[in-house]
Amino acid sequence: MHTVIIGNGVSGITAARTLRKLSDQRITVISYETEHFFSRTALMYVYMGHMRFEDIKPYEDWFWEKNKIDLIKDRVTSIDFESKSLRLDATGELSYDSLILALGSKGNRFGWPGQDLQGVSGLYHVQDLERMEQHSPGLERAVVVGGGLIGIEMAEMFASRDIDVTFLVRETNYWNNVLPEEESQMISDHIREHHFDLRLGVNLGEIIDNGQGQVGGVVIKESGEKIPCGFVGLTPGVSPNIGWLKEGPLETNRGILVNAHLETNQPDVYAIGDCAEITEPRPGRRPIEAVWYTGRMMGETVAHTLAGNRTAYDPGIWFNSAKFLDIEYQVYGDVPARPGEEIGQYFWKGPDGRKSFRILFHKEHGHVTGFNLLGIRFRHEVCEKWLRDQTPVDQVMSNLALANFDPEFYRMHEEEIVAGYNAALGRQVRHRAKRNLNHVLKFLKSK
Amino acid sequence: MIILQKIGLGLVVTGIVLFTYLLTQGRYTVTEDALGVASSFHQESILDKAREAGVLNHTYHSSAAFLSDYKGVITAAQADLASSPVPDGIAEWDYKIGDWKVKEYLQSASRSCLSGPVKENPLKWLLLTIGLAILGGLLYILPAFSKIPGIKHDGIYHSSMKRGLKLPQRSFFLLATVIGVLWYGITYMSGQWFHSLHTLLIGALVVYLVYFRGEKTAAAPRSASPSAVAWLGIVTGTYLIGFYILLYWFPQYISPWIEMVDPVSRSISGNPASQWFLYGFLYTIIMLVMGVRMIAKYRHNRYQIIRTLSVVFFQTAFAFLLPEILARLNQPYYDFKNIWPLNYTFFFDWNLSTLMSSGGLGIFMLVWGIALVLIGVPVITYFYGKRWYCSWVCGCGGLAETLGDPYRQLSDKSLKAWKIERYTIHAVLVFAVVMTIGVLYTYFSGSSRLLFLDSNNLRTWYGFLIGSAFAGVVGTGFYPLMGNRMWCRFGCPLAAYLGLVQKFKSRFRITVNGGQCISCGNCSTYCEMGIDVRHYAQRGQDVVRSSCVGCGVCAAVCPRGVLRLENGSVDIDTRTEPLRTIHIRSDEVGIL
Repeated sequence: MHTVIIGNGVSGITAARTLRKLSDQRITVISYETEHFFSRTALMYVYMGHMRFEDIKPYEDWFWEKNKIDLIKDRVTSIDFESKSLRLDATGELSYDSLILALGSKGNRFGWPGQDLQGVSGLYHVQDLERMEQHSPGLERAVVVGGGLIGIEMAEMFASRDIDVTFLVRETNYWNNVLPEEESQMISDHIREHHFDLRLGVNLGEIIDNGQGQVGGVVIKESGEKIPCGFVGLTPGVSPNIGWLKEGPLETNRGILVNAHLETNQPDVYAIGDCAEITEPRPGRRPIEAVWYTGRMMGETVAHTLAGNRTAYDPGIWFNSAKFLDIEYQVYGDVPARPGEEIGQYFWKGPDGRKSFRILFHKEHGHVTGFNLLGIRFRHEVCEKWLRDQTPVDQVMSNLALANFDPEFYRMHEEEIVAGYNAALGRQVRHRAKRNLNHVLKFLKSK
Repeated sequence: MIILQKIGLGLVVTGIVLFTYLLTQGRYTVTEDALGVASSFHQESILDKAREAGVLNHTYHSSAAFLSDYKGVITAAQADLASSPVPDGIAEWDYKIGDWKVKEYLQSASRSCLSGPVKENPLKWLLLTIGLAILGGLLYILPAFSKIPGIKHDGIYHSSMKRGLKLPQRSFFLLATVIGVLWYGITYMSGQWFHSLHTLLIGALVVYLVYFRGEKTAAAPRSASPSAVAWLGIVTGTYLIGFYILLYWFPQYISPWIEMVDPVSRSISGNPASQWFLYGFLYTIIMLVMGVRMIAKYRHNRYQIIRTLSVVFFQTAFAFLLPEILARLNQPYYDFKNIWPLNYTFFFDWNLSTLMSSGGLGIFMLVWGIALVLIGVPVITYFYGKRWYCSWVCGCGGLAETLGDPYRQLSDKSLKAWKIERYTIHAVLVFAVVMTIGVLYTYFSGSSRLLFLDSNNLRTWYGFLIGSAFAGVVGTGFYPLMGNRMWCRFGCPLAAYLGLVQKFKSRFRITVNGGQCISCGNCSTYCEMGIDVRHYAQRGQDVVRSSCVGCGVCAAVCPRGVLRLENGSVDIDTRTEPLRTIHIRSDEVGIL
C-alpha cells in the first residue's frame, strides 16, 4: 500500500502522522512550497523577528526520515485517476494506491487594475513572506486591503518595522461580518490605538504603477483619494487552491467536493483541509472551513479511513481563536455577528476596553449556545462540555470561574460579569465557583 | 527608539567603558606599612626581598607589572624561608609561605598598595560608573511603560545583541571555554592534571552517549540564524566571561573596582569590601535595574510582575543585605535561601564549625539548612513544582530572569540538547553528593581519604569546575551566546534534585487548553529551559518536565491562550496521559 499526500500543511501532515501511527504502509508527502512542514499561522512572527523560520517548524528535520514519511519537494503537474498515478515536474511519474489532496488555499483576487504589479502580495505562502521581506527596506507606507484575520496580521507585521500602515476595510467596522458589533468596535478602537490609518467602509479602486512596474500607490474607489505607498497587501479572504484540477474528472465546485467521509468522486482519492468542500455540512457549519483546527481534524479522520476504519468527518462543536495585536480572541460554540430571534445574549466589557465576555443562549430552552471572549482566556473543554450538555445558562453563569484559563494572579472578572448578567436579565444567579484545577477535573469527569 | 532611550543606552555604555577603564587607573606603591602581609616573619622577609629587588617605594602604573614584580619578591621570600630552619615554638606551616599564601598576599597587597583616583574618591567613581549605568538603564527601560501592554518581541531576531549564534560560533565558544577551564584547572589544582583529565573523560562519555551510541548519523548542523552574526552578543558574552575569570581567579587585578565599593561595604557590614562584596553588590544592582525592565515588558501579566518582585526581593534582602548585616552583628555570614547542593559549601568543615560555634542562631541556621534540603524542597515542590525556588527565590534564577531575559530565546530546543542536559545535570548532582559525602567523612573521621578519593582535592575541584567555571563563567557569560539558563538547565545540582521531585510527585503541570494550539512555536522559542513546549501543546498533553522552572513565559507569549501553569492533585499520577487534540478514538468517534 502506498498513500500519497499532496500538500504538507497541517491537514496533509496530520494525515501522514496519524496514518503512520495506525499502519506501516508507505507514505509520501509532496509539496512545492517547502521541504518541511511549518506552521503557516506563525509566518508573521518570522517577519517580526519573534522567531526564525526554523522555529516555526514543529518537528525537527530528522523526524520525517525516522518516521519513514517520504518527502518530495516538487510540483504535481497532472493526476491520472484511472491508472492511479501522478506526474511530477522533476521527479517524473509516481503511482499511488490512495491519494489525499490537501492543497490548501490561495488568496482571492478580484481583478483590480494593477494587482500583478511588483510589491503586491497576499500572505499565505513562504514565498509571500520572502516578497514582503524583499520590499521592506526603505518602505515608508504599506496599504493592506481586506479586514480579516490575515489583513490585521499583515498590518501588525509592517508596524513592527515602523512602516506606516493604511488599512482598507470594506465593512463598516473591523471584521463585523463575523464579530458582533461591540467586539468589532473594540478591535477597531485597538487598531487605531496602535496608530494604524484604519479606513472603514471603503473599497480598493485600483493599484497605481509608479512607472517602473512597481506599486506607487492605491486609489480608494468611493472617494477617489490617492494614497501613495510602496507595497500593497491583498487579503480579501482565501479560496481553495484547485485551479489546475478544475478541468479534470474530479468533481469540484468552489472546492473539491467530498462526502461525509471526505471521499471525492474518484476511487481512493480524498480531499481534506482548506481545499475540501463538504457537500452536506452539519447544521450550522459551512461547506468550506479554512481554519487550522478543522484541517487537523480532517487529516486525522482520513488517516483512520485509510488504515481500514472508515470514519465520517465530525468537526464537533465550533471553536476558534486569534490575536488582534495585543488582544486575544476565543470563540466556543455558535456566535454569529447577528444571531436569530430565538437567541438571547449578555455582553460585558472590561473597564480598559481590552477585555470582553459574551454568552449566547436559547431564549426558550434556556441552554447556553456560545461564548465569545476578548482578552480573557477560557478553558476549551469546560466550554465544550457546557455546550454539548446544553447546560442551562444560569448554571453556567454560577460556575463561570470553572472556565477561566487566565494565568495565575490575573484579576478575575466573574463576580462583575455575573452581577451585570443579573442586572441586565433580571436573574438572581449567585456566582459560587472558584477557579481551581481539581474542581475542573472533577467537573470534566462528571456525567 | 526615542531620544531618551538613545541617551540612556549611551550612558550605560559610557558607564561600562569607564568601569573597565578604572582597572588601568590603579597605581601601586610598595611601602613598609603596606605590604599586604599579616605574619611578622613573612613581613620581615618580604620587606628584605623588596628592598633587594628595588621594588620598595617604587610606584607602578600597571597592575600587571606590579603583580609580576611583587610575586617575584614573595616567591624569593618563600624560597628563603623554606631553606632556613624553623625557629623553636613556631609551627612549620605558620613559618613558611605556602603556595596558597602567595596568592592571598598578592591580592591583599593589590589593595593595600593601591593609590590613584579610585582610592582618593571611591564614591565619585561609583557614581560615574555603576551610577551612570543605572541611570542610563532606567532611562532606556522606563519609556516601555508608555507602550500598550502586550507581548513585545518585535525585532528580537533582527538584533545583533539577541539573535544568537550559529552552530560553529557556539561550538567555538563552548570548546574554547572547556579547553580554557581544563587547562587553567591544572594550574589551579597545583599541577595535578588528573582532575582535568577525569572531567574531560566524563565529558567525552556524555558526548559519546548522546552523539554516537546506537544512532548511525548525527543530525546535520542547524543554522542558528539566516545570515548576520550576533556581534554585540559575542562582545557582551566575552566581556562577561572575562569579568568572571578576573573575579574568581585573578581578583588581584580588579582592586580598583573593589576599592570603589569599599565605602558601601563599610556602611553596611562595617567590613572592608572583598571581591565577593563587589560581586554581590553588582549582582543586586543589575537585578534591580533589569527587574524594572522585566516588569515594564510584562506589565499586562501579574504572574510575571509578582514573580519578578519576588526574585528581586530575595536577592536584595536574603542574598545581599541580610548576610552583611549578620556579619556586622558578629553572626555567621548566611544566606537563608541558598540550599545545598547549590550551596555546596554548606557541609564544609569551616562552615559547620562556624555555625556550631555561633550559639543558638548558628544552630538554627544549621537545622534550617538541613530542613530545607530534607523537608522544604520535597514538600513545597510537591505543592507548587520547582518554580517556587527556581523562578521565585533563587539568585541564579533571579539573574537569569532579569539580566538574562533578553536572551531566553537562545536555548537549544533540539532533542540532542535534551539528551545532553539529562546526562550533565545528573552527573553534577552525583558529583555534588559524592563530594559532600567525602567532606563529611573527613569532618567526622579526620581522614581525608575515602576509598580512592582525596576529599580535599575533590572539593577544591568541585569548587573550581562547578562552583566557578560552570555556574559563573558559563552560567552567566554564555547568556548572549547560548541562552540565560545554561547553568540551571545543564548544571545546577539543586535544580536536578527539585526536578526529580517535580517529575515524579508534584501537583504542578502546564495545562494545555484543549485543541486551541496552532503549533506556532512561540512557547518553545521563548522557553529558557529549551523545552519543546509546542510538542506537548499541539497534542493537547499537559507538560510535566523535570527541567521546567515555571517562569510562565510560554503561557504569556502564547497568542491563543493555550497554556496555563496549574497545581492539582486529582490526576497526579496521570497528569500527562490525556491527548486532547486526538479527535478520534478507535472505539468511538468523539471530539477531543
